[in-house]
Amino acid sequence: MVDILKARIVQGYRTGAFPKSTPSLPDRFRGMPSVDCAKCGSDCSRCVAACPVGAAIHTSVETVIDLGRCIFCGACEQVCPSRAITFSSEYRLSACRREDLRRTGTGTAPAAARLDDARLRLFRRSVRLRQVSAGGCNACEADINVLNTLTYDLSRFGISFVASPRHADGLVVTGPVTQNMALALNKTYEAVPAPKFVIAVGACAISGGMFAGHGQVRGGVAESLTVDLHIPGCPPHPYTILDGFLRFFGRIK
Amino acid sequence: MSPSVPAIRNGQRIALTEVPRFGADVFAGSLAELLGQGLRVCAYFGYRGAQGDVELYAVCADDRNGLFRVFSGVTAGGRFPSLTPRFPQVHLFEREIWEQTGAVPDGHPWLKPVRFIGTGGVSPAIGEAEFFRMHGEEVHQVAVGPVHAGIIEPGHFRFQCHGETVHHLEISLGYQHRGIEERLCGGPHPVTPYQIEAVAGDSTIGHMLAYCQCIESLASYAATPYAELVRAVALELERCANHTGDLGALAGDVGFLPTMSYCGRIRGDFLNQTALVCGNRFGRGLVVPGGTGYDIDERRASTLAESLRRISADFLSATGLLWNNSSVMDRFESTGALSEKMAVDCGLVGPAARACGCIRDVRQDHPYGFYRFAHIPAVTHESGDVFARAHVRWREVRSSVEFLLRLLVEDNGGLAVSPACPDYPIQMNLKRDTLTVSAVEGWRGEICHVAITDAEGRFKRYKIVDPSFHNWFGLAYALRGGQISDFPLCNKSFNLSYCGFDL
Repeated sequence: MVDILKARIVQGYRTGAFPKSTPSLPDRFRGMPSVDCAKCGSDCSRCVAACPVGAAIHTSVETVIDLGRCIFCGACEQVCPSRAITFSSEYRLSACRREDLRRTGTGTAPAAARLDDARLRLFRRSVRLRQVSAGGCNACEADINVLNTLTYDLSRFGISFVASPRHADGLVVTGPVTQNMALALNKTYEAVPAPKFVIAVGACAISGGMFAGHGQVRGGVAESLTVDLHIPGCPPHPYTILDGFLRFFGRIK
Repeated sequence: MSPSVPAIRNGQRIALTEVPRFGADVFAGSLAELLGQGLRVCAYFGYRGAQGDVELYAVCADDRNGLFRVFSGVTAGGRFPSLTPRFPQVHLFEREIWEQTGAVPDGHPWLKPVRFIGTGGVSPAIGEAEFFRMHGEEVHQVAVGPVHAGIIEPGHFRFQCHGETVHHLEISLGYQHRGIEERLCGGPHPVTPYQIEAVAGDSTIGHMLAYCQCIESLASYAATPYAELVRAVALELERCANHTGDLGALAGDVGFLPTMSYCGRIRGDFLNQTALVCGNRFGRGLVVPGGTGYDIDERRASTLAESLRRISADFLSATGLLWNNSSVMDRFESTGALSEKMAVDCGLVGPAARACGCIRDVRQDHPYGFYRFAHIPAVTHESGDVFARAHVRWREVRSSVEFLLRLLVEDNGGLAVSPACPDYPIQMNLKRDTLTVSAVEGWRGEICHVAITDAEGRFKRYKIVDPSFHNWFGLAYALRGGQISDFPLCNKSFNLSYCGFDL
């Protein structure tokens, strides 16, 4: 008993100050990309060739990075001869609309990520989530799980994960949706009482990510369910996920 | 030593013409002979040729001599003798060969799809297969999954119970199957390294290291000692993070909340050290073919060392509570016990095997990378129960931290003169018609990759064996005779990968 109390004192209080203050992220962290199309050579498409997942799109008018596919490997930034593409440290990447994930221009301001008012009224104070991994590699799952640790302490915002879809208000889905999980995902969704919502976490869940085009997977959650919030990343940083949740449920602006 | 079977070392390659090609019976006989001598199967897989003929490849580890024995065979009329009745460790490998190629292991006692991949016409739809049934009065089945109660990956568990006692557990996976091996044929493709990192996201470094060793071996390229140092740092950080998370989760499963909450955070502290090196908590992009994507400069090395000392002190204070708490120890001790013989028979690897007294550690038995220059002693325990699996992890974290501090403080300065990240990407031309074996001690155990190239130097077959492929059967066995309420605890004490198994 004395040992337990002693350890409690040694370990101290470790919950992060977010959202009151900005989290400190490592200097090599890659967040929201900025694309200065004015610097792009008209016949240059090295970023497109370098991107392993088809997230860089180059047309005669603009260069676009699709955060729904991007795995933040930085290959485009490395090969860009005119430094048109740079990754900022902006970790707030979530967006409700799929098209808001297609980023171009030098602005790195986050996109709108707030649930509609009708549903928000219901979930403003308390919301219960059910997580389904549908082919996720356990990185997204692990960094969602970590929100329950005392560093992030998700439940202080009235958000928590539950064991049964019947107790849940919505789903958090990871993975590209494998053929073998498609039925289980749909059944889980059906078991959640309406009104409900779906959050897709990670490049795989948003677009199939690096597995898009494999016969054994579908191209993300949107092929079978309507997605209300997209949280990009491979995997997204826990603060990216937390920020997405908090803005989606109106806990922060 | 049977002279007809060649031996190679970890990360070495061999021309396909030098790999003996036996008939089905001689092949099975040679495999049985090697397993009978105490060697174990690292990889055993099939390849379906253009004419529909099926070749079998076996890689057996001779841990005592640090060698891998490699040989191949051809099936006779699409059939080959099953060795499962004599050597249970091959049972999943034979099922996998059947599912992937259609070649039938004659005499296999439980021939059933491994992943329900739905190709080749042998697979029923997932969830529709028969399960092993026990019959009798008051016998009942418990079905769990694929969707589980926590934030974890999907899988199905079928328990045959009488009262609270579990008499048999069948684990049926495949829900995470993403077709990685199939896609690797004809590779490496531009997306290949990223897919390898996602074979099992929590073992990003482990799988990527095994892949890079394959590529570098086939391309006759050697990473610099400094790059190997950075890689070893990354691999040990991955081990520390996951072991710490497991100890916390084990504490949570027996309702001991202090250690659970501290370890949840400390695991994150370890992950953040990996992020300090490469920006990503799981080490994405840190290891690349030819070297590393990032270096650890002097400033970073000293920050890392300083943080590690602090995290290690927190770790010891948080986890030390477990061993002095009688209610925790009562739940840990003698729960889910496996004997050393059982571990050997099932072919277990990693901490699960070491907890049964098997001295098996790739870092020691088949040294690779920086482990050729600096060593970590293998940690073992004898009791084979949940306690042993927890305690082995605890001691491994301690020796890994010690090792990391040695690398970062003593070795880093001297080696940093050679570049960690040579101009990337390096053009790697892979040797044609060649086979290479690469093994890495991931935090779950041996990660084995086998690459076979074709006449153009592309992958003809790329086999990935995650440690979970060996160990899920051990979990099923550990439950026998135990209580069903002990399942979560036993499961966590193994903490195996679903996607690493399903590929």
